[in-house]
Amino acid sequence: MADVNRLKKDYQNIVDQHSPKNKVVQNSFRAFWVGGTICAIGQLLTDLFIYIGFSTDDASMLCTICLILASAVLTGLNIYDKIGNYAGGGSIIPITGFANSMVSAAMEYKKEGYVFGMGAKLFTVAGPVIVFGTISSVIVGIIYYFL
Amino acid sequence: MGHVGKQTIVFDKQPVILDTFSTVGPKEGEGPMGGCFHEVAEDELFGEKTWEKAESILIKHTVTGLLNQSGKKPEEIDYILCGDLENQINSTQLAIKDFNIPFFGLYGACSTMGESMSLGAVLISAGYAKHVITGASSHYCTAEKQFRYPLEYGGQRPLTQQWTVTGSGYVLLGQSGAGPKIQSITTGKIVDFNTKDVYNMGAVMAPAAADTILTHLKDTNQKPEDYDAIITGDLGQCGRDILLDLTKQLGVDISKVHQDCGLLIFDNETQDTHAGGSGCGCSASLFAGHFYKALKEKKMKKILLVPTGALMSLCSTQQGENITGIAHAVSIVAE
Repeated sequence: MADVNRLKKDYQNIVDQHSPKNKVVQNSFRAFWVGGTICAIGQLLTDLFIYIGFSTDDASMLCTICLILASAVLTGLNIYDKIGNYAGGGSIIPITGFANSMVSAAMEYKKEGYVFGMGAKLFTVAGPVIVFGTISSVIVGIIYYFL
Repeated sequence: MGHVGKQTIVFDKQPVILDTFSTVGPKEGEGPMGGCFHEVAEDELFGEKTWEKAESILIKHTVTGLLNQSGKKPEEIDYILCGDLENQINSTQLAIKDFNIPFFGLYGACSTMGESMSLGAVLISAGYAKHVITGASSHYCTAEKQFRYPLEYGGQRPLTQQWTVTGSGYVLLGQSGAGPKIQSITTGKIVDFNTKDVYNMGAVMAPAAADTILTHLKDTNQKPEDYDAIITGDLGQCGRDILLDLTKQLGVDISKVHQDCGLLIFDNETQDTHAGGSGCGCSASLFAGHFYKALKEKKMKKILLVPTGALMSLCSTQQGENITGIAHAVSIVAE
């Protein structure tokens, strides 16, 4: 009976052979229509606020607030994770996904206290987005300055 | 017989599995094996406020259920050996403290059921204990929180990923009495096959399972057909396919007798569990709930239970280290 370590060299190939591939076309389609719908709702809200009489800047800010609120409520009602499971990037990339990452962390770690639990761990998922978002905006700002 | 081959003990005095008890969460209760468990909880929080406390109640329920069912008092138990997936095996110690039974806390990731039964059998067979309780548990929500994302985070899981079982299985071992007996154990080694994918635990555990199963067969001079079933813990679909491929390439075909608890516990299609169930509660609850009964009713005469574990630490994985696997085999015969 041979030693299993004999197969170690070729193991990654064996794993790849037996690992199911993600359904790229199906996932892309779902992400496209859900993400598109969220964006369309955002546009609708912005237009609505402009129609009511807000300036363009104020309208887009109010739209952002509404989307974040909606996402926070849906997260609290255990619905947003199901949307995320279906749509993947379609519901992670828009601002609603960002809100979900913070609210879900807040819900999870609240039990460890408001300071060291919720306060400290609020950005466990969203932290890198803020850090690298800020860094890239600085870099883009510098490039923009010299152009 | 004593110690044979490289890693196996064949017991002269075979410990008897006197009784078992299993408790699972609602999702496991809705699965295809739902009817075999002793108790199915309606609520994943078990009436508690935190997941950690919920898992401790799950364990407490199971141990209490086992004691009541077998008519034993905590004072009659010499040792309890068990563990879970959490840091500091937190829920287990919370659950066990009130029983006042001498306690060995174990961590073998999802292989803990195999580890605890092996050590319990050694204690009994050597004559150092009359009654020992061994077991393991896991909870989907404590595992997600510790190893992955907050529960309500809206991410998508890869198809190779598995679903941690909310469940617990405990068994009562004794020196004598009626019940299936532990004939031999094969203790696994840590197997490192350079895997780093945290979403494919089946691939981490399959080489460990292959190593332990083949070593067991070699040490005890048996063929796969000598067993009614060789049952791995939680390889899932991907891990099972890899295991069968590995063993076949090494000249042993176990496909006819192989079963995997991770594939039995959920209906992967309708329950959206992707590659299958995982966690130490998976093999623990299915052995205590299903396979023990099959042995008692003589539907199965001899099984090899091989709980498999991926010894994953989030910290070392992020530092670029490999994820290693382990598997412990326990050979059980119906008497």
